[in-house]
Amino acid sequence: MPGIPANFGALRIWCRPGALARRRAGILMRLLAGIGGGYTLAALFTMTLSIGLPLPRSEAVLTATMASFAIYAAAIVWAFAAPGVLRAWAGLPAVAVALALALALLQGRSP
Amino acid sequence: MKDGFRQSMAWLHTWSGLLVGWVLFAVFLTGTAAYLRPEISYWMRPELSLSRSGPRNAEVAMAAMQALAPDSPSWFITLPDGRETTTRVFRRDPAAAGRRFRDAVLDADTGQRVATRDTVGGEFFYRFHFQLHYVGVLWGPWIMSVCTMFMLVAIISGIITHRRIFADVFTFRPGKGQRSWLDGHNICAVLALPYHLMITYTGLVLFMLMVRPWGIERVYPGQRAAFNTEAFGNAPPRPRSGVHQPLVNIAPLLDEAQRHWPGSRIGRIVVTNPGDARATIQIIRLASERISYNPQSLAFDGVTGALLQGSNSIRPAAEVRGVMYGLHIGRFAGPLLRTLFVLSGLAGTLMVATGCLLWTVKQRQQAARSGRTGFGTRLAEHLNIAVIAGLPLSMAVFFWASRALPLDMPRRAEWEVHLFVIAWSLCFLHPLLRSRQRAWADQFAIGGVAFMLLPVANAFLTQRHLLATMLGGDIVRAGFDLGLLAWVCWVAARCWRCCPGEQDGNPRPPLRSRNANATAPCGLHGKRPACLDPGLRLDVHRIHRSVSEHGAAPGTGAPPTEHLNLPPKGFPLRRVPVAGRRPVSPRRHGGLGKRVAALVRHPERGRHADRDAAMLPSRSHPQAGRGTADVEHESKLYLSS
Repeated sequence: MPGIPANFGALRIWCRPGALARRRAGILMRLLAGIGGGYTLAALFTMTLSIGLPLPRSEAVLTATMASFAIYAAAIVWAFAAPGVLRAWAGLPAVAVALALALALLQGRSP
Repeated sequence: MKDGFRQSMAWLHTWSGLLVGWVLFAVFLTGTAAYLRPEISYWMRPELSLSRSGPRNAEVAMAAMQALAPDSPSWFITLPDGRETTTRVFRRDPAAAGRRFRDAVLDADTGQRVATRDTVGGEFFYRFHFQLHYVGVLWGPWIMSVCTMFMLVAIISGIITHRRIFADVFTFRPGKGQRSWLDGHNICAVLALPYHLMITYTGLVLFMLMVRPWGIERVYPGQRAAFNTEAFGNAPPRPRSGVHQPLVNIAPLLDEAQRHWPGSRIGRIVVTNPGDARATIQIIRLASERISYNPQSLAFDGVTGALLQGSNSIRPAAEVRGVMYGLHIGRFAGPLLRTLFVLSGLAGTLMVATGCLLWTVKQRQQAARSGRTGFGTRLAEHLNIAVIAGLPLSMAVFFWASRALPLDMPRRAEWEVHLFVIAWSLCFLHPLLRSRQRAWADQFAIGGVAFMLLPVANAFLTQRHLLATMLGGDIVRAGFDLGLLAWVCWVAARCWRCCPGEQDGNPRPPLRSRNANATAPCGLHGKRPACLDPGLRLDVHRIHRSVSEHGAAPGTGAPPTEHLNLPPKGFPLRRVPVAGRRPVSPRRHGGLGKRVAALVRHPERGRHADRDAAMLPSRSHPQAGRGTADVEHESKLYLSS
């Protein structure tokens, strides 16, 4: 994926048939992981922190929402920086599941 | 692994920046103009005269509102400060169409309504940069937030991609094609990097409660108002009682406010239910005195004058948000800091523009090698012209509309914006009809001339021409005109330098011999090699050098490049398809209009436009359109033979 010139025609001569399609599929998977996964992650992060931060309610909500953009950006960077597509896909759900667990625990605790 | 990481970040940087680059350019440019919103509004309303804030402004405004709208549910009075010279009032009016508001501009000293032309003023740029005007207040912030997120990702990946951030500040190598665009991109990005990060993140924070409601929905399900009260201390409004009672005099309330905020000024006054027994007067401190945009206010009972609610103490996180808000809007900035804000905004504009140009230059270079120009490249080039050259042109049209449209025209303010949009749409169509170089030159030239003539138009269409404003000490209007003139002079000077001609002691050959040159591939006879795009120049230089080192072709006595003109048999030549197929007419640069024709031309294109034309295939010189790749192959063949 990395470093592909956008002009795919120039590469086709040297590429095996099918390699191009695989690269494109890889990019698509990373895009999905970055945009979709990052969105989910940012949402879970915001909700968990809104409930979990030891601050007045409104303060916790504002803090969590302001920080969510950094989380989203980090998730997108991770999706494209991970060495392989599989690892890009594995990393985000791992964090998401941890956040979801924390959220469930916090909700059980708070009224 | 490290290289792979950098490479993937470079990929991410390219695409996240390019996909929304044109929107970001428009946002950066109009957002930068929005820093000067009061000044632009003042310039666009030549009827206004200088009136400065005085101690009795608030009382005058209250008395004027009493006469203007005694039965309105609420008044919003914005008092003049150092930049706004008039009192602006809004009042809720259930009978008014649309937004149920009516507004007026009052003279700060007398309270008389000032009859101004119906114009959007500088407000337009401010609204446009997050609502895109027609998109509206509901979807505009959503689209903007998505684009800003792309921008944030582009900035982060751009920082990671960079190896030498500090060295890039001092590196600019002009006239070297792709390298120069990259240098320019890096300088604009790195010099103002803290600003870019700040403006991007705070831009996201502005609309976060709209596009990121997860936290609120979880903690305050369906209770937005409760959240607002808790987070920002907005008191719920008191209902109307229906019993008539006169409003209290405002002067003691202002004294009370002075005791709360010593040495500060009052920015706004909001009166709810005036004339009712449950009237409320809210006095709000001038926003530009603090970085944070969270208003400091005091609420008084409108009949008794008793203090209902003191200046609310804002909690830390809400104050952080307020500071981010204030940083983005930049109202707190004094003249020096505001200049820096504007310069940084322009650096951001240039950063986006050079980034988009850099991509197309690179693509052209690859296309010259592979012999094919993709649709994406041509689309990007088209959009580059229409946005980078077209948006300033449309802004000039907007200013012209505010000056030239008939004053009694119905819906005049709306038509100013319609004309802006029509002009910009034409800029999007125009590159379809012209070659690339010509489209750049045309749009820059028209925009430049339109801006240049604005100060001239002032003399004919208004009383506020440059001489009058300078003599009258009207710094804002004079500065606006002088700024336009200085800008146009700078652009003209650039064009003069870049204009093809004798400036480097190398008189241009007469037209006929230039046409003869066109038969040689890439014009290698000339002092400088021709190029489709600045990015190609390095390669052609290299070929030219290597050919000249090996001397003339044996036995011909002709320059070696002449020899190259004949393709070897059996060598598959591919012709480079280029966007602009028609060669530029040789007459274009001849005679008196030589310099004028090149006015406000794109610097790189300007210097080589004629030789670029020589590259393009034409009916009379079918060989002229061959790409650099072919030349390179041929020169290799020649050198090896």
